[in-house]
Amino acid sequence: MNSLAALIPLFPLVGFLLVLVLPKSMTREPVSGWIATSAVLASFLTTVISFFWLLGQSEREVTIHLFSWLSVGPLNVDAAFLLDPLSVTMCLFVSGISTLIHLYSIGYMHGEKDFKKFFLYLNLFVFSMLVLVLGNNLLVTFVGWEGVGVCSYFLVSYYFTKDSAASAGKKAFIYNRVGDVGLLLALFLLFNHFGSLNYLTIIGLGSTVPLSSTVALLIVLALMLAASGKSAQIPLFNWLPDAMEGPTPVSALIHAATMVTAGVYLLIRMSPVLAWSTSGRWVIAVIGGLTAFVAATVATSQKDIKKVLAFSTVSQIGYMILAVGTGAYSAAIFLMVSHAFFKALLFLGSGSVIHSLNGEQDLRKMGGLQKYLPLTFPTFLIGWLAIAGIPPFAGFWAKGDVLTNVYAFSKPLYVLGLFTAVLTAYYMSRLFVLTFRGDDRFREVTEGHDPHESPWVMTVPLVILAVFSALGGLLNLPWAHSMSLAGFLDPVFESTVSPVLGSHMSEFVLAAADAAAAIIGLLIAFSLWKSTSPWPRFESSFLEKVWRWDDFYDFTIGRPSQRVAQFAITTVEPKILDGAVVATAISVRKSAEGIRKIQSGFVRHYALVVVVGMMLVVLFLVARSW
Amino acid sequence: MTIPESWFLILAAVLFGIGMFGLLTRRSALIMFMCIELMLNAVNLTFVTFSRSLHDIGGQASVFFILVVAAAEVTIGLAIVVAIFRRRQSTAVDELSELRG
Repeated sequence: MNSLAALIPLFPLVGFLLVLVLPKSMTREPVSGWIATSAVLASFLTTVISFFWLLGQSEREVTIHLFSWLSVGPLNVDAAFLLDPLSVTMCLFVSGISTLIHLYSIGYMHGEKDFKKFFLYLNLFVFSMLVLVLGNNLLVTFVGWEGVGVCSYFLVSYYFTKDSAASAGKKAFIYNRVGDVGLLLALFLLFNHFGSLNYLTIIGLGSTVPLSSTVALLIVLALMLAASGKSAQIPLFNWLPDAMEGPTPVSALIHAATMVTAGVYLLIRMSPVLAWSTSGRWVIAVIGGLTAFVAATVATSQKDIKKVLAFSTVSQIGYMILAVGTGAYSAAIFLMVSHAFFKALLFLGSGSVIHSLNGEQDLRKMGGLQKYLPLTFPTFLIGWLAIAGIPPFAGFWAKGDVLTNVYAFSKPLYVLGLFTAVLTAYYMSRLFVLTFRGDDRFREVTEGHDPHESPWVMTVPLVILAVFSALGGLLNLPWAHSMSLAGFLDPVFESTVSPVLGSHMSEFVLAAADAAAAIIGLLIAFSLWKSTSPWPRFESSFLEKVWRWDDFYDFTIGRPSQRVAQFAITTVEPKILDGAVVATAISVRKSAEGIRKIQSGFVRHYALVVVVGMMLVVLFLVARSW
Repeated sequence: MTIPESWFLILAAVLFGIGMFGLLTRRSALIMFMCIELMLNAVNLTFVTFSRSLHDIGGQASVFFILVVAAAEVTIGLAIVVAIFRRRQSTAVDELSELRG
């Protein structure tokens, strides 16, 4: 029974292989999509069974050993999976949301030339992601980590004939590689210290073997670098908005719900190590808080519907990282799960909007869609209220949980977090108003037609996700700890303390503050965006250009590298490298010009040389015999 | 009475010297050829001489090989000389220096 969990990642792999090898006639347009969707659905059902099986176990840490992978000296790595509350929670929402997004994609990708290729990569992605979260050691996780990275690259560059999509894919890949260096360094340091890469071994040793604070800080910093690459945090966050060049389901699945939370997952897995370095946790918390704030400010001024959501994702992951820094791991997971619901919903909803407007993504050309999209509108409404943090939707509970823990950890970070919550409510309301309310500004793009609602395969996932976004708070009600997500996850973090607040009273006050922040942001947005003609001019280009972050990298890394390359091509290549080659040729010719005189062409000369040589040999022999 | 071996050897040395001198001084390919033949036969003479004095048949066997090789060499060499003469109306080797460096 316990090896059933090995099937969880197997199904998407089989789906991938089927779509890959089946003949073209069997993977025509909808068929390959249905194969991929049912593979992921099977994976989800297996996860559900495994979840209930795990609930019935008293010992909730089950290792599924597949085979011994590497055995080099003291390094023994198994290809094995670890089924525990954390991994099963991750698997549940990853496979569940993947199923919905696969289904949605069948409708969204209708008529695409590379329909089959899309599902191929999507299944491979789900396989990699499940390997990432199920791996029982860092190396298996690393395989999944790289797998999701490469699938992200493939899917961002899905429209690879478009210049911007091709370079966005490259950007995502390169930023991720910078982060991967961090993960590798962390792997080396952890192996050097613990002599193992197995999570259970590290967790077991982590609480007993003392870890010097310098080493712990180094490990935490390396892990944070890895997390900021994959989860788009400062200083590596600006690949994510560009990644919106991929098709919208990809943005929803990879760049909102699942892959970008891998960094948070990694940090949470390594929580025993984090516990050894208070300064490291401060770094994590500050980076998370700053990212949440910076990304939220940027999201307030974006004109592209998907860009707003992208920066919103960066900001929300910032919250999760902030929660990890404060030691509130369950709160981070809670926000991760509920964020996966409502952000997937918002992305799919925006995909539905884009679909209805023939691919238009500019907010300035939307508006008034409320009456044309009878299913997208209410579901998007729920997603909006959930992310803005209006009670009783999922976002309110999740964000409140995070902020309560931040309050106990540091007051300045709490203030930053609360202000970010106001910004979140503001930019989401702005997005909502500009898309669904106000005047019709889309006539130009639809050529006068009314926008049409999407087919059922697209709306069904929206409805399901909306239900979860609305009710997600039930997962983790603060007054039912033993029945909640936190109660389920607690055993994983038993070695690390999560801060507990004293009184219910202060929790209530903090919750009221969250709700007030959400409502303030919402009201500001509604009052500022009452009218869009003429378009308001208060948005700063500094925010729209992401605090000039790209320009900064361009100035500090891009331009200098280009100058080095220019120097290489104008000086090093022709003068030094070519020079060395030409100098060799010239010296060979010069010396040859001297020696060639010997070859006179006169037979008598050659004969003379032979005679002289012979005489020398004779002389030598005679001289030796004496 | 037998002629002492040193006489044969002196004769061979003289023949060899004449051949070498001719090879180095003359410019006609034909004459140079004859000089080479002279040198070869001087060597043959020393082989035969030592073969007799040392009672070893190996020396005389070597002479047969040299004669056969020399015959072949002359055949090819003369053919080349004729071919060159047909093309240039001359057999002066100093004019054949196209392959100089």
